[in-house]
Amino acid sequence: MDEKVLIAKRVALELQSGNLVNLGIGLPTTVARYLPAGVDVCFQSENGLIGLAPVPAKGYRNENLTDAGGGPVGALPGAAAFDSCMSFGLIRGGHLDVTVLGGLQVDELGQLANWMVPGKMVPGMGGAMDLVTGARRVIVAMTHTAKGAPKILKRCNLPLTSVRRISLVITEMAVIEPTDDGLVLREVAPGVTVEQVVAATEATLIVPANVPVMAIAVDEPETALA
Amino acid sequence: MFHKATSVAVAAERIPDGATLLIGGFMGVGSPHRLIDELVRQGRKNLTVIANDTALPGTGIGKLIAVKAISKLITTHIGLNPETQRQMIAGETEVELVPQGTLAERIRSGGFGLGGVLTPTGVGTLAADGKRTVEIEGKVFLLELPIKADFALIGCHRADYQGNLQYALTARNFNPIMAMAGDTVIAEPTEIVPVGEISPDHVVTPHVLVDLLIEKGQ
Repeated sequence: MDEKVLIAKRVALELQSGNLVNLGIGLPTTVARYLPAGVDVCFQSENGLIGLAPVPAKGYRNENLTDAGGGPVGALPGAAAFDSCMSFGLIRGGHLDVTVLGGLQVDELGQLANWMVPGKMVPGMGGAMDLVTGARRVIVAMTHTAKGAPKILKRCNLPLTSVRRISLVITEMAVIEPTDDGLVLREVAPGVTVEQVVAATEATLIVPANVPVMAIAVDEPETALA
Repeated sequence: MFHKATSVAVAAERIPDGATLLIGGFMGVGSPHRLIDELVRQGRKNLTVIANDTALPGTGIGKLIAVKAISKLITTHIGLNPETQRQMIAGETEVELVPQGTLAERIRSGGFGLGGVLTPTGVGTLAADGKRTVEIEGKVFLLELPIKADFALIGCHRADYQGNLQYALTARNFNPIMAMAGDTVIAEPTEIVPVGEISPDHVVTPHVLVDLLIEKGQ
């Protein structure tokens, strides 16, 4: 299985019926494809919509109905459109149950850096600082390493998105939960050992006696993960 | 009853070099595209622009970036416009990056006559640099100051000739907030309908806020 598909499938298991969920651009957006049957969540897009639906076929698109990247989306019956103050009031005001964002770095304090690499890449924070500050649960969906270098560090050395402790990190290798005591290794991916996760992680991981394997269906050989 | 419709050329001529502009839109969706094109055509320079983003190169506000009409930009996200990032890193354009919810509330507080807003967003990050903090019941907030501008350039779906405005779906975004915070408000509707055709319940931006409407093509 492609590593990003694996991450998206595992993130999808975190969503519960009735949740209002905001998915970031890129990998997080694909989480919507893997919702388990019977789980009915509501997606928000911070450009001003609750009730996002998959991209409609050509001929059903509306140029004024777009996602936060400006691309076309659909809207379900019962969708609601609103301005940017309402959109971020929902986010900051504690009305958003879950946000799923990409990450550049996460550290032992559970802090996230995901909006700039000084002097090199300055996309800006967009809605990320508000989302990480205000959502009830913050799930970071990212690859475990970047070109072999760990992204889960003792301390972030890139500018932080928020000082708030995130709820969960999900990578193609592991599920890790920041806690008062530090980063706890909650699950490993199918075919991945605890030792491999520890070796690919700069931060100290707390490893419980029993670390279960992610409960996702693997429909391709495990070697595809290597 | 007077009506506010005018040509895009006449409206753009009201905007001088060096003006501060609030420009609506989110990745170009809901931006006043004909006004932007006309500012480029008239060669406006040294603008300060406050907007959610600079869209894609060659789209919406990206056109003002391309001709270097903007000397200062206050925005939330430029990740999808490499030219804006290049100008920022090269020091050619001054860029202030602001969290999106904070930008919305700064503009709202400007338009609503408030002295600013207290937000938890950005505390402890680079977004807090140089800002006052206020502790309320044990929680720390940043004091974010109001934003106003000489002009607000608004994209909207429907207007009546008096200037009542309606918006469409995600093209609404920052537009109704910005319409509160410009000294002069210029709206570019997709269509203009007779006064009375928009039900009072469906007016989002009341006409008293709007100074000029861009009429359809010339």
